[in-house]
Amino acid sequence: MPRQVMPKQDPAERSRNFGEVALGFTPEQAAAEAARCLNCKKRFCVQGCPVEVDIPDFIQLLKAGDPAGAAAKIKEKNSLPAICGRVCPQESQCEKECILAKKGEPIAIGGLERFVADYAAEQAGGTVRPAKALPYRAAIIGAGPAGLTAAADLALQGFDVTIFESLHEAGGVLQYGIPQFRLPKEIVGREVEYIKQLGVKLETSVLVGQTVTVPELLEQGFQTIFIGTGAGLPYFLNVPGENLNGVYSANEFLTRVNLMKAYRFPEYDTPVRIGERVAVVGGGNVAMDAARTSLRLGAKAVYIVYRRSEEELPARYEEIENAKEEGIIFRLLTNPVRIIGDEQGVVQALECIRMELGEPDRSGRRRPVAVPGSEFQFPVDSVIVAIGQGPNPVLLRNTTGLQLNERGYIQADPETLATSIPGVFAGGDIVTGAATVIAAMGAGKKAARRMVEYCKQKYPNG
Amino acid sequence: MEIVAKDCLAPRIVRLVVKAPRIAAKAQPGHFVVVRLNDRAERIPLTIADFDRAAGTITLIIQEVGKSTAMINAMEPGQSFADVLGPLGTPYPIEKVGTVVGVAGGLGAAPLYPKVKALYEAGNRVIVILGAQRRELLILMEELRAVSHELIVATDDGSYGEHGLVTVPLRRVLEREKVDEVIAIGPVPMMDACCRITRELNVKTVVSLNAVMVDGTGMCGGCRVTVGGQSKFCCVDGPAFDGLQVDFAELRQRQRYYNAQEREAYQAHQHGMEGCRCRAK
Ligand SMILES: Cc1cc2nc3c(=O)[nH]c(=O)nc-3n(C[C@H](O)[C@H](O)[C@H](O)COP(=O)(O)OP(=O)(O)OC[C@H]3O[C@@H](n4cnc5c(N)ncnc54)[C@H](O)[C@@H]3O)c2cc1C
Ligand SMILES: Cc1cc2nc3c(=O)[nH]c(=O)nc-3n(C[C@H](O)[C@H](O)[C@H](O)COP(=O)(O)OP(=O)(O)OC[C@H]3O[C@@H](n4cnc5c(N)ncnc54)[C@H](O)[C@@H]3O)c2cc1C
Ligand code: SF4
Ligand code: SF4
Ligand code: FES
Repeated sequence: MPRQVMPKQDPAERSRNFGEVALGFTPEQAAAEAARCLNCKKRFCVQGCPVEVDIPDFIQLLKAGDPAGAAAKIKEKNSLPAICGRVCPQESQCEKECILAKKGEPIAIGGLERFVADYAAEQAGGTVRPAKALPYRAAIIGAGPAGLTAAADLALQGFDVTIFESLHEAGGVLQYGIPQFRLPKEIVGREVEYIKQLGVKLETSVLVGQTVTVPELLEQGFQTIFIGTGAGLPYFLNVPGENLNGVYSANEFLTRVNLMKAYRFPEYDTPVRIGERVAVVGGGNVAMDAARTSLRLGAKAVYIVYRRSEEELPARYEEIENAKEEGIIFRLLTNPVRIIGDEQGVVQALECIRMELGEPDRSGRRRPVAVPGSEFQFPVDSVIVAIGQGPNPVLLRNTTGLQLNERGYIQADPETLATSIPGVFAGGDIVTGAATVIAAMGAGKKAARRMVEYCKQKYPNG
Repeated sequence: MEIVAKDCLAPRIVRLVVKAPRIAAKAQPGHFVVVRLNDRAERIPLTIADFDRAAGTITLIIQEVGKSTAMINAMEPGQSFADVLGPLGTPYPIEKVGTVVGVAGGLGAAPLYPKVKALYEAGNRVIVILGAQRRELLILMEELRAVSHELIVATDDGSYGEHGLVTVPLRRVLEREKVDEVIAIGPVPMMDACCRITRELNVKTVVSLNAVMVDGTGMCGGCRVTVGGQSKFCCVDGPAFDGLQVDFAELRQRQRYYNAQEREAYQAHQHGMEGCRCRAK
């Protein structure tokens, strides 16, 4: 039996709406897909999952007609399955290791995980296990996937947990970055609700480092702290014209549209201006999200401008395909050198130079080099810069004694995730640099385990 | 974040005292907050014009210029903001430098006040130049008088104090005596004009920039301003900057980018809305 293909919205249709692109398996499809699983003794698939979801077990429960049991099984390891099922790069994780991948048809583990999580959510609530209360208080800084996971795990262990989040909504990149059409915000909200049901307190609009500092939290009686503040600082190109109107960082553009719901202006108050022709600079998932969002806001022509070739595009294959189907135009081996504005200071054109691939660089990829004299311009109304993010300095500069690595991220022990401040742990993008949702969750999980050990050891009597 | 007191300082200018104990505990001159009125509202930056740590309150002074500020100014004590985030930005360094001239244009008196108050209490000689278009738009005059050694008032139409722009008394004071620092806060053209004079006379000048913001935490980069040829994030690196280095023309252009949408939202909103009673004046 072949691998089931998840139905998707038609490209012509979906490129004009914010509804979810991938529609999820039908119950019949899920059953058929589950039936393909060999329930291997050697669980290769599990090794591919950063949080070690018991993949064969949940699939067997699903096969036996117990989706609720399957959901509970996944939740033992993964508190955000509806999200991971949608945005995990499965092709390079669990599905890559599946024994059937050798024949090119791995089990659609992500699709099944999504099916099970969505099913369980519809069946009201899910099971929340009350934990025996322990006399420990933990503060979690940042409500992204790393922080949410650490919070959930600590609450399950009986900790009194408070999350401090600077934005007005929890979710981190899941909330402000990844667009509605890939990850509906209702689903993020539902998962956050689940974590609150575990007894976790969520305090939004608290910028740690400004509103309150890490040492103050320790003084206020939190025995242990997890920092999961992500890699939220947008990088720019440093080319002339970058401060013209119409030049956005992907963070700003996506935040306006996702978090602030500018796509529903004027019903929502925050505006966004994109125009008819948009150039998105970069080739990762963030660039694909910005490009596809631009189309949905009504742009007529959207370009991905990337300095290497198609082979090196860092975005997930699936997202590149989706973007192509929707009509995004790829201008590869092309690098911006200047942004040109009109007399109102609004973007008018992008000047680029053609690139060719030279010798491999340190990352092993062939290094792009400019072709002299090949500059050319094309008219655009907006430029969205999606060339990566770094660590936000606010918390870092206001936390004395917190050691950073040479790239400016928090220095954390790879085994324990302990930082240079006793009792303070860190994980996710703020330690590794921009990575994945599931890697951040894995870090949150690992840290939670260590935080429990730390407290029990340090404060045996509470 | 509940509003505990409200008064109208001038037509369309309202002062709100807001319960925000955590922010009040940390507020320093130069800090601002980002507020969101309700679930559909924008996040907008407002200066902490004053704070009372004991009472756990901060004071905001808001001028109605569009939909969000109109809605905020229509709120009454007992009502609450959905969110107030802060204190944000880098606080203004308060040191004893000697003689300081504070120049406020219109609503600029609100962000200027906590700074000159602190500078005055730190033992500096403080001269304040307060300007507005006309008499009834002068705000915080008595408050500023109480924290300065000299207060000069000017109105564009001559309805109170000197007749003319604040730049006239600014030049006069700078030519009259040695001044160690100027702080100019107000509309961009006013700050630009002040900096032209201080550049000519070579006096250190600090301005407070009001770039368009979204998060206010250094995450979006929308608040970029060019200072000394370098791009800075106004919310994290500022909002105070060396005025002699600021690219004011760029700031003015960036502030205008959403004008069409803002007007649309404002007009749709004004339809059938009363607003604060001070609008009638
Ligand atoms: C547009 C986009 C698309 C992506 N697509 C994918 C994808 O398809 N699949 C995938 O696996 N990964 C994807 N990623 C990457 C993934 O989202 C991140 O690796 C992941 O979210 C990192 O999680 P985190 O918890 O470390 O940080 P974040 O998600 O960044 O969360 C950090 C949180 O901390 C808060 N915070 C920051 N500073 C403070 C402070 N001082 N005080 C309080 N709170 C603070 C922030 O507001 C934020 O809510 C994408 C990223 C982006 C930007
Ligand atoms: C650090 C800082 C401190 C400020 N302090 C005060 C204050 O104490 N009192 C006060 O009345 N105003 C203050 N402002 C300005 C205030 O934020 C704007 O007047 C307000 O956002 C306008 O919103 P609106 O919907 O009413 O008007 P709109 O019709 O949306 O806009 C009118 C004008 O306000 C500016 N503006 C619009 N949106 C934003 C935004 N998100 N961020 C910044 N500026 C914007 C633009 O220049 C625009 O042309 C401050 C701004 C900054 C950056
Ligand atoms: S969490 Fe991600 S990697 Fe793990 S099984 Fe689920 S989809 Fe695969
Ligand atoms: S490796 Fe593949 S076939 Fe085997 S148990 Fe895992 S998912 Fe099923
Ligand atoms: S407002 Fe977003 S970075 Fe300053």
